[in-house]
Amino acid sequence: MPEQTRLIQGNQAIAEGAFYAGAKFFAGYPITPSSEVAEESARQLPKIGGVFMQMEDEIASMGAIVGASLAGAKSFTATSGPGFSLMQENLGMAIAAEVPCVIVNVMRSGPSTGLATKPGQADVMQIRWGRHGDQTLIALSPASVKECFELTVKAFNFAEKYRVPVVLAADEIVAHMRENYSIPAPGELEVIDRKKPTMAPELYKPYTPDEDGIAPLAVYGSEYVYHVTSSMHGPEGSSNNNPANAAWKVGQLHEKIERYRDEIVMTKEFAVEDMDILVVTFGATTRAAREAIAAARSQGIKAGVLQLVTVWPLPDLEVARLGQLVKRVVVPEMNYSGQIAAEVQRILGPSVDIRRVNKYNGTIITPQDILNAIK
Amino acid sequence: MKNRHEIVLAGSGGQGLIVCGMMLAEAAILEGKNVVQSQSYGIASRGGLSKAELIVDQEEIMFQQVQKPNIMLILTEEAMKAHAPNAADTDVLVFYDTTLLEAREGPNYIGFPFTLMGRELGHPGTANMVALGVMCQMTGVVTQESLEAVIRQRFHGPAAEMNLKALYHGVKLAQ
Amino acid sequence: MAHATGLKFLRKNSIPLMWCSGCGYGAALSALLRSFEELGYTNEDTVVVTGIGCWGKADDYITTNTLHTTHGRALSFATGVKAVNPKLHVVVLMGDGDGVTIGGNHFIHAARRNIDLTAIVLNNYNYGMTGGQYSATTPAYSYTSTTRYGNPEREFDVCALAEAAGANYVARESVYRGFQMQERIKEALNKPGFSLVEIISPCTTHYGPNNKMKVPIDMIRMLKVKGIPLEKYEPDQYPSAEGYFPVGKMVDKNAPDFNTRYEEVRTKAQQIS
Repeated sequence: MPEQTRLIQGNQAIAEGAFYAGAKFFAGYPITPSSEVAEESARQLPKIGGVFMQMEDEIASMGAIVGASLAGAKSFTATSGPGFSLMQENLGMAIAAEVPCVIVNVMRSGPSTGLATKPGQADVMQIRWGRHGDQTLIALSPASVKECFELTVKAFNFAEKYRVPVVLAADEIVAHMRENYSIPAPGELEVIDRKKPTMAPELYKPYTPDEDGIAPLAVYGSEYVYHVTSSMHGPEGSSNNNPANAAWKVGQLHEKIERYRDEIVMTKEFAVEDMDILVVTFGATTRAAREAIAAARSQGIKAGVLQLVTVWPLPDLEVARLGQLVKRVVVPEMNYSGQIAAEVQRILGPSVDIRRVNKYNGTIITPQDILNAIK
Repeated sequence: MKNRHEIVLAGSGGQGLIVCGMMLAEAAILEGKNVVQSQSYGIASRGGLSKAELIVDQEEIMFQQVQKPNIMLILTEEAMKAHAPNAADTDVLVFYDTTLLEAREGPNYIGFPFTLMGRELGHPGTANMVALGVMCQMTGVVTQESLEAVIRQRFHGPAAEMNLKALYHGVKLAQ
Repeated sequence: MAHATGLKFLRKNSIPLMWCSGCGYGAALSALLRSFEELGYTNEDTVVVTGIGCWGKADDYITTNTLHTTHGRALSFATGVKAVNPKLHVVVLMGDGDGVTIGGNHFIHAARRNIDLTAIVLNNYNYGMTGGQYSATTPAYSYTSTTRYGNPEREFDVCALAEAAGANYVARESVYRGFQMQERIKEALNKPGFSLVEIISPCTTHYGPNNKMKVPIDMIRMLKVKGIPLEKYEPDQYPSAEGYFPVGKMVDKNAPDFNTRYEEVRTKAQQIS
């Protein structure tokens, strides 16, 4: 039976979602506005046989969750801008070594220390491109407490299924708001565990994909002994400088995500059937946009919303399909440069009328801000 | 009965406004309503402007921020200046603490010495419960019964009794 | 019992090793693998975690589970492994640049946490792989590719650092003292809680030639003369400014390790509803 409906905060829902997905290890460093995820993990994990660790910094936090994942525990961390910046190198290691883990980045207003308690959405490009070298990952962005819970479960599922780190790109608004929510009963949401090797131990190669494009992942301490390295590595996990191998490896890291693109990319559409104007959103600004299109429709303007639930890989086909139907596209986001707006322009072409709505002063985008761009 | 309420609770950090907002939200959930509770805060744990917001609605709540508040609870002069300086001619009901603020003119400014009453009831921390009692009685945002249930969920033993006493005191004041 | 060779833990297809001829790292690797064999470790129950640098390449040569991480961060990865599975033997191989320069913060905090890891820090007095630049253990006034006129900074005492931070076991040896080196490694592996063995093995390609040790045998001679067994060591008689250093076991205690303490946390948490 689902839990009784209760008042739950976004950050709490993220932690609860992680436990629902089977997370048993959290390592993190306190930082506003993500600290409640750590606090909830510190309270719950020792009760359920897991481990909570407060590390000396975010670099160590990211390292620890990779180690814990390889030792068999579903692992996660939570942070915000400054901490997320510190995590980049070890996050790149997790991508290269194909280690499942979840990184919650509660976006706050930057740059640098910025406005530590205020919301932002300016980490979109950092999430995708913040590390050196060729690599890719998955990022999901919640717009409500319910989505905080559900997308955290999804994030673990994607991480486990595709052997890739997944970033939950929340923002201070959803992380700190409280809403009525009823946590689903066990079994109600799908929970995926990583594929384990089944061949004879001496035949196991941790970086040789099966036909589905994903290699099974053993656990340190089992009968399957294996090597993991941040260096370029061959199918058996040992370092390998061969150019043909490097080309194969870099390709494989990308292709496994591209191959499952349709399973990974999630969007939500609101009132798009007859629209003349499309608002493309992600995260908390979705809520202002939905109120704005309701107001627009009451004034006779047919507007709709496309919410990018998956931010990376970018829902380009979905943007293209709906973008072709309208006279104008509005992209509200809490950053200066229009990080998603530029992507939307790239997808739809330079001749499409794209109105950007940007706020980067720590205050939130209101329905009126978006309505002004719709009209 | 009004379907939607937008509530602002404002004062200074450490006055328990966020807990107040959460209790109102929990009471509304018991009545099957949707809620969004949010806050703005600075980097200090105590002091500074603090504001809790709550939207209660029978329907789905889209935008999460209060835009047109119809109920306010104000606990400092600074918060009054920031949030409700000219409420006299509006339809916003502004509840405020006359122990901490100067008296205001106007039918929709509703002042009671909440803090003083809390002290007289035996614990200054119960001032907010007195305020909640007054607010629910005068606005119907949630029922007295729902608030009682929330108090019993959150507190036990003498603490629960103390808070319930404060709530009833507020309800009686409003009557 | 036959004399342990450690060969069963050596990946045969990785020979020859990448280390320069004359380098002491092969001797250290051999001591480590012989220790594994003598202690009855298996490939399955052991995880060797490495950082980046010459010593950080050692994982390529070892048959146990391995985890080659990022520069300076090996201890944090190892912490995650050990926290989740306390039964594993988790051994962390780091150089001086890796372990106590870029990774200095993780080093002191792993020791403070007293997590049951065995850190083997190979101190070659410089960054060997990148061309012999100075590290936090490069002796003051000595010459490297980035201290052409002498090192203006002072060096860390790696063992004192570990001791002050709370490690259960701390020892220093040099590659000249092969037998003692292996004994210290075995003691460290056996010790619950955080243990450190610092092994002095100056870089024969960069540090030696830059500092009047033109050929590897000069370095071995230096280690023989300057490494003073702890029981004979007197700081006034053997000043560190002249390159002397004490060798031997410096700390051996039994404070509860992180996993033991966390088990207490779990018990307490599970008693509270």
